[in-house]
Formats: sequence, structure tokens, C-alpha cells
Amino acid sequence: MSLWEYANPVKFMALSGRVLPFAAILTAALLATGLIWGFFFTSDDFKQGSTVKIIFIHVPAAMMAINVWIMMLVASLIWLVRRHHVSALAARAAAPIGVTMTLIALFTGAIWGKPMWGTYWAWDPRLTSFMILFVFYLGYLALWQAVEDDDTAADLTSILCMVGSVFALLSRYAVNLWNQGLHQGATLTATERSPIDASYYYPLLISIAGFVLLFFTLVLLRTRMHIRLRRAKALLARSNA
Amino acid sequence: MIPDLGKYAADVLSAYAVALLLLVGLVVLSVRQAAKARAALAQVEQQDKT
Repeated sequence: MSLWEYANPVKFMALSGRVLPFAAILTAALLATGLIWGFFFTSDDFKQGSTVKIIFIHVPAAMMAINVWIMMLVASLIWLVRRHHVSALAARAAAPIGVTMTLIALFTGAIWGKPMWGTYWAWDPRLTSFMILFVFYLGYLALWQAVEDDDTAADLTSILCMVGSVFALLSRYAVNLWNQGLHQGATLTATERSPIDASYYYPLLISIAGFVLLFFTLVLLRTRMHIRLRRAKALLARSNA
Repeated sequence: MIPDLGKYAADVLSAYAVALLLLVGLVVLSVRQAAKARAALAQVEQQDKT
């Protein structure tokens, strides 16, 4: 069995239809656990007070905003190289989720910034690259809507996605590259032990897992939607021919 | 029920409110669009058969 088998829309629809209900239940359970634990059962930070509770939505949303674009990049490259339609549609399906995550990260970051930095916004490298990423998301969605031919739209949006990836990566590494601005560096890394206290660390991990699964569930749902719309369009074109 | 959020209550509550509103909006919109697509395809397939 090969992963490429699921580039076949029929196989993808069959597998995703079976997975979707379980993914949705697990998503709801993880999000509820992470957010309720984080909001109701964590104490205030000695410096940040109760604003520390914003971490349970801001960090997962910001991580997803960047990672969704990276997923779109991978799917776009698969489309450009192997011409699998499911791959192009999965990238398209992910974009509205990514734009929502970026908006949540920007908004919650601004609210968190006011009491901690004394301002809602600063033209800091990370914040600025995040804002540009948000504009790229909007441009990506607009391009899909603007081009009538689906394959041409997939080609053009794939190229836009590759260009936008620069800002997705800059959003992640801006603090390390410029070493200036208000935003702190990454607190969670795969290689080092987290400096976050365990009472915040575990609900944060659960919340991140919930956001990842929410993305996975919605991408499946929205990709299925686009496959159905594509099939309906093809059948209509055939019957009108 | 809501924990004492002190002087930052408005900040924390508005951050959660906006985030949850956007997430719920995204889920509701996605489910509704998916249901519409399913119904549209079923209708076209029905027409195609007849």
C-alpha cells in the first residue's frame, strides 16, 4: 500500500469518511480539556497576572498559522510535481483555517501586548512578518476565487504559496534572525526542556494538540467538500456538452 | 464560576471571546458549506441518472 493511493478521490473520500467522526470527537475533547484547564484551573503568573491565560489560545493559534501555510506549501508542491487534484484541493481547503488562526494569533497577541508591552501593536520583525503572512492568506483565497479554471487556479495559488512561505518561515524565525523587537523567542522547542512551569505546560500541550486536530478535522471536511463540488461541476459540464 | 481575573479581566475575557467566536464561526461555516456541497452533488447525480 502506498500513500499515493489516497490521491485517488474515491479512496480519499472512503477513508476520510471513516476517520472524520473520530477526529471530530477527539478534537472536541482535547480542545475542551486544554481550554477549560487553562482558563479555569491555572493560577495567575507573578509578573503577567491573569493575562498568562491567553497563552492557551495565542500560542496554539500562532503555531497553526505558520504550520498550516507549510502544509499548504507541501500540498502545492505535490500538485505541481505530481498533478494530484486532491492535493491541490487540500491546500485550498486549509487556507480558510490558516487565515482564522492567523487572525486569532494577531488579535490575542494585540490584547496580550497592551498590558505587557504597553501597546497593541509594534512594527516588530515577528509581528510584521505575521501581518504579511495574513495578507498572503487573503491573497491566496482571493486568487482561488478569481481564476475560473480550477487547474490554472491551482497552479497560480501554488506559486503564490511558495512565495508566501518566505514570510511563514520569517514569522517563525524573525526573533532569531533580527534579535530585536518586543516579541520574545520561542518558549517551546522540540530539543530543549521547556522553561514553562508544569501547571501551564500540560494544559498548553493539550490545547496545542486540540488545535492541531481541529485543523486536521476541518481540512478533511473541507477537502471532501471541494471534491464534491468539483465532481458536481464536472457532471454538469458533461450533461451540458 | 469564572475565576477572579483581577485588573486584566477585560483583556483575558475579550481574547477568549474573540478566539472562540472565530473558531466556532469557522466550524459552523465549514459544516454548512460541506452540507450544501453534499446536497448539490446529490442533486446533480440524480439529474445525471434521469
